[in-house]
Amino acid sequence: MALQDAQVDPPAAAPLGARPGDAIRNFISGYGLFAVLLALPVYYGISDLKNDGNLAHLGQNIFQGLSNGAIWALIAVGYTLVYGIIELINFAHGDVFMIGSFTASALFGTLGLTLVSSTGSIVFGLILTLVLCMLICGLLNVMIERVAYRPLRNAPKLAPLITAVGLSFILQNVGLLWQGGSPRSVDDLIHAQQDVFTFLGITVQRADVLAIVVTIPLVIAATTFINRSRLGKAMRATAQDPDAARLMGINVDVTISLTFLIGGMLAGAAGLIYALYQTTVQFNQGFQAGLIAFTAAVMGGIGNLRGAVLGGLIIGIIQFISDDRIGTQWTPAIVFAYLILIMIFRPQGLLGEETREAG
Amino acid sequence: MATTVKKKPLAALEDRFPKLGRGPQAVLITAIAIFAVIFPLLMDPISGTLADATQYLAYVVMGLGLNIVVGFAGLLDLGYVAFYAVGAYCSGWLMSSFYADANIHILVTGTAAQAPGVHVNFLLVLVIAAMLCAVAGVIIGLPTLRLRGDYIAIVTLAFGEIVHVFAVNGDGIHPFGVGYPLTKGRDGISPIDQIKLPGLSQFNSYLNLRPYYWTILAIAAIAIFISLRLRDSRLGRAWIAIREDEVAAASMGIPLVKTKLQAYAIGAALGGVSGAFLGPYLQIVNADSFAFSFSIFVIATIILGGLGSVWGVVLGSILLSYINYTLIPDQLNSVPHKIGLDFNLADVSIGIFGVLLLFVMLIRPEGLLPERRRKIELTEGIGAAETSFEVST
Repeated sequence: MALQDAQVDPPAAAPLGARPGDAIRNFISGYGLFAVLLALPVYYGISDLKNDGNLAHLGQNIFQGLSNGAIWALIAVGYTLVYGIIELINFAHGDVFMIGSFTASALFGTLGLTLVSSTGSIVFGLILTLVLCMLICGLLNVMIERVAYRPLRNAPKLAPLITAVGLSFILQNVGLLWQGGSPRSVDDLIHAQQDVFTFLGITVQRADVLAIVVTIPLVIAATTFINRSRLGKAMRATAQDPDAARLMGINVDVTISLTFLIGGMLAGAAGLIYALYQTTVQFNQGFQAGLIAFTAAVMGGIGNLRGAVLGGLIIGIIQFISDDRIGTQWTPAIVFAYLILIMIFRPQGLLGEETREAG
Repeated sequence: MATTVKKKPLAALEDRFPKLGRGPQAVLITAIAIFAVIFPLLMDPISGTLADATQYLAYVVMGLGLNIVVGFAGLLDLGYVAFYAVGAYCSGWLMSSFYADANIHILVTGTAAQAPGVHVNFLLVLVIAAMLCAVAGVIIGLPTLRLRGDYIAIVTLAFGEIVHVFAVNGDGIHPFGVGYPLTKGRDGISPIDQIKLPGLSQFNSYLNLRPYYWTILAIAAIAIFISLRLRDSRLGRAWIAIREDEVAAASMGIPLVKTKLQAYAIGAALGGVSGAFLGPYLQIVNADSFAFSFSIFVIATIILGGLGSVWGVVLGSILLSYINYTLIPDQLNSVPHKIGLDFNLADVSIGIFGVLLLFVMLIRPEGLLPERRRKIELTEGIGAAETSFEVST
């Protein structure tokens, strides 16, 4: 459930009598977004039907987009949790994800996982790596909050933004010193490109299976934790009103740390999946990933967990369609153009409530 | 969050120094201004220091431009690099042989008048860049009008990235017909015409940097003057009112749309002017210089200097440019070797920059020379109880 779902915001400035353009405006804000989102798939769907007579190509794009989007979704959840609770764009989050990838690739070496290892040891090793990556990234994120954001909680709002950028640079430098400046290949432990099965003309590869099998349980676990557990309730309360939460006996500092821990853990998992999925890691991968994931979080409605997942998947699909049909070099522009269109049509995001910020 | 505002370590230090009165302040500013003007005469015309100073001043102009948007009007703009790009490409398009098929010469003399391509007088290019950027600023500003806070940040960031992507891939786009690509991508448009201005000796970015320095100094002085006058004008007060409380400002009769768009346009125009200067000065307009990290650099300079404070921004820009472009890569690079460590400082330069941003913000979150109005808000704790989570910028 969304962190801000329960938040009772006063309705944004009640309309002063109906104006002539209102009907059109309501129509656009209601359906314009769907038109925008469907534009690319529908266009290429029609052209596929014309050329091939079926939608297999588009289906393949969408499926791969979904599995790739799963990575963005995991990172976006971290952004949205942090934003929901302290209203900060955690610029360092993408770099935590990068550290997750690097940790994973380093752990493969430490654990002796290579292409010739037996299947059993690879599966066990990957699970162990996943747990360690999540722990390391979670703790790293908690430490970041403690060092860079907590001392500035009463400072002007832009100050923590700058410390976030500072930490992002520091982590990038750590990555640079750790694995060098050029892309570094990771052993293709799971044979990512190997086909598992074909369904309706859509080929499912091992990498897709991995991304989906890891992401779904993690997202369900995180959502359940926030919705059902006592600590999750504390998180939601703190997001709504930290002062009132404190008066109710909630330890706000611990709750915020917990939020960063969960966000970091998900980023660590995303880092592992990315390393296996792309089979290369680079010190500046976190920057682009962070931008995309933040876009996903905003697209879904920032502060809203389900929105972040949805946004991540949508961006994944847009990316793949654009990579395949328009050209990789234009993908960032397309993704950001979508972001701007969504901000125009539905500033609160796909699933977001109208908030003060986006009202 | 604690409702008491802790006294920052530096505040105690500040109290020991008596505040300068209006008179001494004027003397200090005049002295600095005079030094700034005669400074190149003390230097070799091609000295590195002069080159650095020229570059820093260009960043000062950009910082001042962004300060109007972020500092005065409180609209967090993370895509400022877009205006640098547009301004620089104005000089690339209009002051080079890039469009060799065209043969347009407007108010130029010397070699530029003979060369093929489009060659326009620098002053005209400045005006065109400012106007084009003002239009771009309004276009970028329009979708953000309904938004607040960090949503503005993300939309402007998106625009900045889109401009960057177009700059990088522009060699494949031919908006003005075949043979007229939009940009030259990562290769960069080069060379750009040297500036020619009456009354100054020959501009030459390889042999004589003094005229370049004086030109950008004049532009920076004008930008400072514009900033100061705008701040105290009706428009400036409207911006500050919007920054402090948008709803209250609107109910006081401030037209939000117009006022915000004016901030975007003026801020963008200054960025464009600086970009149009950097084109001929650096002799290349390269798509790689228009990355998101540059937007972050400019925003860091103004937050470091003190948001909304004109002199703070000047100081912050010079200081941060010095640290980022001179101190860390050049002057400190050999230090680890001297103390027996085996690595280049250049390898950890972004890390050092990050540590610096972190510490400055932790020690002094309000910036080096905070604006008076903001300082009062911060130290007297007006609304301190809600600053923790709800302070709107």
